[in-house]
Amino acid sequence: MSTTLFLILCLNGLQYGMLLFLISAGLTLVFGVMGFVNLAHGVQYMVGAYLLFAFSALTGNFLLAVVLSLIAALVFGLVLEYVIFRHLYTRSHLDQVLATFGIIIFLNELAKVVFGPATLTISLPEFLAGSIQLTEQLRYPIYRLVTIGVGIFVALALFFTVSYTRIGMLIRAGATTPEMVSALGVNIQRLFMIVFGVGAMLAGFAGVIAAPIYAIEPGMGDNMLIVAFVVIIIGGIGSVGGAFIAALLVGLIDTLGRSLATDILSTLFNPSFANQIGPALASMLIYVLMAGILIFRPSGLLPAKGVA
Amino acid sequence: MDRSLVVGGVIFVLLLAMPVVLPLIGQGYLTGLLIKAMLLAIAAISLDLLIGHGGMVSLGHAAFIALGAYAAAIGLEIGIENILILLLLTLALTGFVALVTGTLALRTSGLYFLMITLAFGQMAFFTLSSLAAYGGDDGLTLWTLATLFGSDIVQKGGGLYFVVLATLIATWWGVFRISQSRFGRVLRAARDNPERTEVMGYSVKRYRLIAYVIAAMIAGVSGLLLVQHAEFVSPALGTWQRSGDLIVVVVLGGLATRNGAILGALFLVIVEEVLGSFMHEWRLIYGPLLVVMVLFAKGGLSDLLVPKRSNGPVT
Repeated sequence: MSTTLFLILCLNGLQYGMLLFLISAGLTLVFGVMGFVNLAHGVQYMVGAYLLFAFSALTGNFLLAVVLSLIAALVFGLVLEYVIFRHLYTRSHLDQVLATFGIIIFLNELAKVVFGPATLTISLPEFLAGSIQLTEQLRYPIYRLVTIGVGIFVALALFFTVSYTRIGMLIRAGATTPEMVSALGVNIQRLFMIVFGVGAMLAGFAGVIAAPIYAIEPGMGDNMLIVAFVVIIIGGIGSVGGAFIAALLVGLIDTLGRSLATDILSTLFNPSFANQIGPALASMLIYVLMAGILIFRPSGLLPAKGVA
Repeated sequence: MDRSLVVGGVIFVLLLAMPVVLPLIGQGYLTGLLIKAMLLAIAAISLDLLIGHGGMVSLGHAAFIALGAYAAAIGLEIGIENILILLLLTLALTGFVALVTGTLALRTSGLYFLMITLAFGQMAFFTLSSLAAYGGDDGLTLWTLATLFGSDIVQKGGGLYFVVLATLIATWWGVFRISQSRFGRVLRAARDNPERTEVMGYSVKRYRLIAYVIAAMIAGVSGLLLVQHAEFVSPALGTWQRSGDLIVVVVLGGLATRNGAILGALFLVIVEEVLGSFMHEWRLIYGPLLVVMVLFAKGGLSDLLVPKRSNGPVT
């Protein structure tokens, strides 16, 4: 295999990893800080993608649509929190699973009713649509590079916020002992709301970014949710840094695995066998990685301190 | 006498009478619906053993239904038609997979357990989707079905309804006996306070693993019978949304109540059928219904029939 192809695959993996990170970051904080099982997090990814579709059809301006989508995703998350999730924080995990499952069912169906079951696509504006020459043989789409850059920027911003600001300190403290933080006079309800809103916005943002690359369809968030689960198990629940590393790891392994598994297998076995087994094995790789992490480091690569 | 036995008895007598009554009132097609509900109930009772008694919320239970169904389907494809041998195949496969995945998943508990069972369920789904020889994504229509020593009693034309009902009763009784036994009490003790149970000298993990394997095998059996009913298998049987539906059934009916699981299954199948006949987009109602139910109605359907005994909250 050529180095160029390998490089392209690595970049694709990196870009997929960034997407995963945007989804997982919110999920892991909501889990870690609130102990809240939010299955509906993946739906927020889908909502982001559909919002972008709607707004770009409405305004005709891609960047404006992105900004509007982000605001709408944030508002949507806050409304969900206010109307439903707020009443579930003290409930059992089972109740949380059930209620958020209901939300998934509703929103997936709503997307189908409003936008139709077919897949939709968004075309990029001209200045993002091209590709640039990275090395002599390698041209790479600008938009994917932008995605990687945005992901890194968000990761840094999040890391800085959680580590060095007052609100970040409260989030970390809230993850360890919410009662104590509350007793010290912090409005824990508002803190939860902020964390939840930001998490929802990040998932929506991931959907916005993904919309021009992948197809927009009802239920598109479900698979992302499960991969995001894998990511936060590998990274350690409640740990943003862990989510970042795990997301990149999962993104790279999944992308490389899907392209290379069949090739590697066919050097060992006969080609028809490799063709059958390869794709199945590739889609399982990340789960195998997760199982391995569970055996050797049950609390994840970078566990957040004090999170059960 | 235990009131749940009475309620269960009434439900079973009613179910037994249905194949006679329904054609009389011209609703013969409903028996097919009832088979579907009973199969769902069998799987739900097994999941209730995990959630209600064991406190283990699994989001991958439907995978075992799919595995059971595929074990039977592949057995049929290679020419095994005796349902007892297919049953052994199903039990062996689901039991083995549950043993391996359970050993891994039970290294954790609570939230992690939920996510890991979900991930294992997805693994099973992808594996089944990749079986190109057996239909891949599209699934597989079965032209021959299993027989019991050549008799078609286990097929739709024969007595499949009663076979499913008998399996449901056996499952009900089996899980009832398990929950009454010392094993069941240890399982509930471990649910309410794992540390204390461990200190008392029980291996919490081993008890949970055994319950997990038993539940998986029961779900597998419902998959096997599903093949006989639907004459078709597809990986979609094992999607995580199906596992979610199972949880809905269990919680809807009330935790740690076998009758609840049956009522929940009936309710879900009826809701799907009735709402579905009104509007194609019945999920627009079903979804919010779940949310409202969680927010306002706790305890499930069986609470209306049998007041809850001290079964403690599940977290």
